[in-house]
Amino acid sequence: MVQKLDRLGLTPSQTAGPYVHIGLAPEACGIEKPPFPTLGTEIAGPAAKGTRITVRGRVVDGGDLPLRDCLIETWQADAAGIYPGQQGADPAVTGFGRFPADFTSGEFSFETVRPGAVDLPGDQAIPPHISFWIFARGINHGLHTRMYFPEDNLSGDPLLARIEHRDRIATLVAEARGETEYWFEIRLQGAGETVFFDI
Amino acid sequence: MTGALFPRQAGLHPPAFTPGYKTSVLRSPQRALISFGSGPSEETGPAFGHVKLGEHDNDLLLNHARPGQSAIGERIIVHGRLLDEGGRPIPGALIEIWQANAGGRYRHKKDGYLAPLDPDFGGCGRAITAEDGSYVFRTIKPGAYPWPNGPNEWRPAHIHFSIFGHSFGQRLISQMYFEGDPLIARCPIAQTIPDKEALNRLVAALDMAETKPMDAIAYKFDIVLRGRRQTHFENRLEGM
Repeated sequence: MVQKLDRLGLTPSQTAGPYVHIGLAPEACGIEKPPFPTLGTEIAGPAAKGTRITVRGRVVDGGDLPLRDCLIETWQADAAGIYPGQQGADPAVTGFGRFPADFTSGEFSFETVRPGAVDLPGDQAIPPHISFWIFARGINHGLHTRMYFPEDNLSGDPLLARIEHRDRIATLVAEARGETEYWFEIRLQGAGETVFFDI
Repeated sequence: MTGALFPRQAGLHPPAFTPGYKTSVLRSPQRALISFGSGPSEETGPAFGHVKLGEHDNDLLLNHARPGQSAIGERIIVHGRLLDEGGRPIPGALIEIWQANAGGRYRHKKDGYLAPLDPDFGGCGRAITAEDGSYVFRTIKPGAYPWPNGPNEWRPAHIHFSIFGHSFGQRLISQMYFEGDPLIARCPIAQTIPDKEALNRLVAALDMAETKPMDAIAYKFDIVLRGRRQTHFENRLEGM
C-alpha cells in the first residue's frame, strides 16, 4: 500500500441546456425586469487603450446549422498584453465577455480592444489572441478555443506548435472584414472542424 | 495558489458524443482535444469579488416576486462550499444558478411547456463565495419537466450551476440534482457522466441540520474545481 493522494473528487460537467440565458443572460430571453443585468457586456470601456475592434461570428453544428441557443464567453489581455488582475493592467479593460447567439440568425458579435501579445518568461511571447469558451444545449462540457488575428505571425506560439495537422491552425484564425472588423466561425464537427483545447 | 492548473481528470467529465442525449450527436467535435500546459491565458480569469450584489440576488423566493408575495413551491435552502481539489476554499468567486419553477416551467421565451409560469418566480440567482468558500441560495424546489429527446423523457428536478474559480481554465457549468429522485437514473443527460461516483457528486443531500423549522428545507451541495500546483520550478511552456 502507498499513501493516499489527498485530493477531492471534481464536480463533473453537465450541459448548460437550452435555457442557459435565464441565469447568464437574463435580458436576452424575455424575462421582464430581470433581477440583475447580464455580465460581460463590456470587455473594454471607452477609456481603454488600443485599437477598437468588432468581432462577429457564429457557431455551426455538424449538419451545417448555426447554433441559435449557444452562449459564448471570452477572456483576453489588454492592448499591452497584460491580463486584468495582473500588475500594470489597463483599469478600463475587464477582459471578460459573455454573448448569446442571436435567436434567429445564430450570429454573435462583440466590441473590444485588440489584445497585445502576452509575454512569457525568457524572450518568448504568445501572439495576440482571444480565448473563447462555448456552451449550449448538446455540449456536455464547455469547449475551449482561441481566436488569432490574420495579420500576425503565429510561428512562435507554443500552443499552436502542438497541433500536428498544420492545416488545422487556419481554423483558429479570424477572417478580416475591413480594417477593424473580424469574422470568426466556429465549426463544432466535420469538415473544417475548429481546434478545441484541453486546458 | 498561482501555479499551473492540474490536468483534467480523464474519464470524469461526460464525453462530447453521447448519442442517448440526441443533441450531442451533431454538436460534438470528432477530433481529439489538443492538450497543453496552462499559461497566462488559462491561469488568469475574471474577478467578480467586487461586483455589488443586490439584496435578493441569492433569494429566488423574492427576487422576482411582487411586493409582499413569494414564489410558490417547496421552499428550500441550497448551500455548500466551493473548494479546489486540494480541499482549499475558493473565496470571492461567482456562482450563478437558474432553474424551472415548481411545475417544471422555465421563464424563457423558448419554453412552451403547458405548465404555467409563476408570476412571483423568475428563476435566476447569483452569489459570491465567502472567505471559507461558502455560498447559500433560497429558492423553491424545481419540478421535473418533459423534453423532446426520447418519446417520453423527463428531466429530474435540477438546478443549473455556473461557476467561476479564479482562472478561465477552471470555468465550469453543471447541474445539481436532489437526493432520492428516481428520474436521475433514467435521464440521458445525467447519464452522460460515465462514472457513477462522479454523478453522485451532483446529487445534493438533504441537510436537516441546516433546515429552518417551519420555513425551508435545506440541501447541501459542495462544488470542487480543478486545483493548481504550487510553483516548485519555473519550467518552459511545453512546445517551446
